[in-house]
Amino acid sequence: MATLLFAEHDDASLNPVTARALTAALALGAPVHVLVVGENARPAAEAAAKLEGVAEVLLADAPVYAHRLAEPVASLGVALAAQYDALVAPSTAVWKSVLPRIAALIDVMQVSDAVAVIAPDIFERPIYAGNAIQRVRVRDAKKVVTIRTAAFAATGEGGSAPIRAITPADAPAGTLFVGEQIAASERPDLTAARIIVSGGRAVGSAENFAKVIEPLADALGAAVGASRAAVDAGYAPNDWQVGQTGKVVAPDLYVAVGISGAIQHLAGMKDSKVIVAINKDEDAPIFSVADFGLVGDLFQLVPELTAEIAKAKA
Amino acid sequence: MKILVPVKRVVDYNVKIRVKPDGSGVELANVKMSMNPFDEIAIEEALRLKEAGKATEVIAVSIGPVKTDETIRTALAMGADRGIWVKTDEAGIEPLTVAKILRKIVEAEGPGLVILGKQAIDDDANQTGQMLSALLGWPQATFASKVVVGEGKIDVTREIDGGLQTLELALPAVLTTDLRLNEPRYASLPNIMKAKKKPIEEKSAADLGIDLSPRLEVLSTLEPAGRTAGKKVGSVAELVGDLKQAGVI
Ligand SMILES: Cc1cc2nc3c(=O)[nH]c(=O)nc-3n(C[C@H](O)[C@H](O)[C@H](O)COP(=O)(O)OP(=O)(O)OC[C@H]3O[C@@H](n4cnc5c(N)ncnc54)[C@H](O)[C@@H]3O)c2cc1C
Ligand SMILES: Nc1ncnc2c1ncn2[C@@H]1O[C@H](COP(=O)(O)O)[C@@H](O)[C@H]1O
Repeated sequence: MATLLFAEHDDASLNPVTARALTAALALGAPVHVLVVGENARPAAEAAAKLEGVAEVLLADAPVYAHRLAEPVASLGVALAAQYDALVAPSTAVWKSVLPRIAALIDVMQVSDAVAVIAPDIFERPIYAGNAIQRVRVRDAKKVVTIRTAAFAATGEGGSAPIRAITPADAPAGTLFVGEQIAASERPDLTAARIIVSGGRAVGSAENFAKVIEPLADALGAAVGASRAAVDAGYAPNDWQVGQTGKVVAPDLYVAVGISGAIQHLAGMKDSKVIVAINKDEDAPIFSVADFGLVGDLFQLVPELTAEIAKAKA
Repeated sequence: MKILVPVKRVVDYNVKIRVKPDGSGVELANVKMSMNPFDEIAIEEALRLKEAGKATEVIAVSIGPVKTDETIRTALAMGADRGIWVKTDEAGIEPLTVAKILRKIVEAEGPGLVILGKQAIDDDANQTGQMLSALLGWPQATFASKVVVGEGKIDVTREIDGGLQTLELALPAVLTTDLRLNEPRYASLPNIMKAKKKPIEEKSAADLGIDLSPRLEVLSTLEPAGRTAGKKVGSVAELVGDLKQAGVI
């Protein structure tokens, strides 16, 4: 039997984390079908069809799937589940909300946030904010797995899978979409960025994020992240939070500015390839994971670094 | 309306856990335990709704072995009215099983709202609320950062990738809390004393007819790939040189 991969997308385009989750799905060894569910989502389905190794794309395109509300999307997943051995999705806000519903309705215990596929029924996943890795075997007949996409490389393009439209399943009532505030940004997405510059409590204000952190990010072509303390204080929007309960990232370069390095923050970034820490406290725990540490005042060092990088790139 | 709040007893968030050298699990002997931080937020939200006249009673429920009643007591000291303790021999009951137990409790108690944490900081599963909602056939809103209760419905603002989303749910419903929903209160000394007299009803999984055997077999628990401290650089220029050499800029 095949594996069903749930695509992360916004109808108009496919989110790059899908190609990473595909790598994990292919590791299960069975043919992979990709489900694109949404409203006016054909462009995303066409992008999914181009991914290498995809056998078929299922497109469930209907008004009931606008905004991918958990209840109707889970009903569709349950309706499709009989034809699949494994249901796999990236660990994004949408699929974290949907997949456990499907798992419960087909009576399967889900594996959350898999970071390695050891065998088709054996996975590794972090527990305790990544301070331990658990290796688990699924004893249920089917597998329901969410994927920590930062742990997998993206599968490339070059495929041309057929797209098959499927009809909506019965959807439960009870939830109504009221509105959404999505920040538009020119910068790369946190979960897809090659470089991330993150600011902590020490940045001090939203104005300082704009004046100090963002210019460095722009000089590097980086996404901007934040610690929970910075988000809670209102210096940065919630979707910038990196950590155990925010986004988990593993870019080539992570620059932590004025962040102490609490375990909950490290859980979200310690698998980055190169880590730079800028902190005035030479004993800050962040230095224990940093490849390069710069001790000093961020308000002096970051503008200097921004200028130096601009010079190096010129 | 009654509000049911499932609270989990977990290793305190300040403790840096250690993996046992033989790979058999995590060292839990003599480790400080606390209520899962997201569940404190759930209790706080329930109490605020009660204080605002939107709810009549707040019930804390926990599933776990000896000493789990301490965690329920913490909820009672914060202000919950009564507790339910589903006693088990072991800790670490899987989310699917917890959700099945909670369904039975919901059927018996008939709450209008169940508020759970979005994730337990020990298993980091992020499943139980969604599973409970699915089993009950009730609407769900995960990762709540703002809750407004209306007549027979509830508006919930949720933290999603890229920003915020607002949903309207028909009651009864299931919510899971995100960090920014509220700032939980501390229990005052008089309230801690009062909590000692509040009732905690004990039940067993067998009474509820739920099989506790796990579906996932834990083969081993491993130390994560370590990371060692690199070097401190003396200047911004040196840093840029090192980053170039590392090939990241
Ligand atoms: C359940 C739970 C979940 C959590 N999840 C997350 C999460 O997902 N992500 C997360 O980040 N946190 C999370 N936290 C919070 C975490 O425990 C820390 O409180 C938080 O990460 C601290 O943020 P910070 O490093 O910005 O602030 P602080 O710890 O206050 O550190 C500020 C740092 O800035 C330095 N500094 C001060 N002034 C300057 C200056 N002028 N120049 C340079 N350096 C300076 C200081 O030396 C200090 O090291 C969670 C906590 C709990 C309980
Ligand atoms: N053993 C338990 N007892 C009570 N509540 C629990 C238990 N396990 C999980 N929960 C609830 O489910 C939430 C999510 O847990 P999890 O799905 O394990 O990440 C927690 O924040 C609690 O509200």
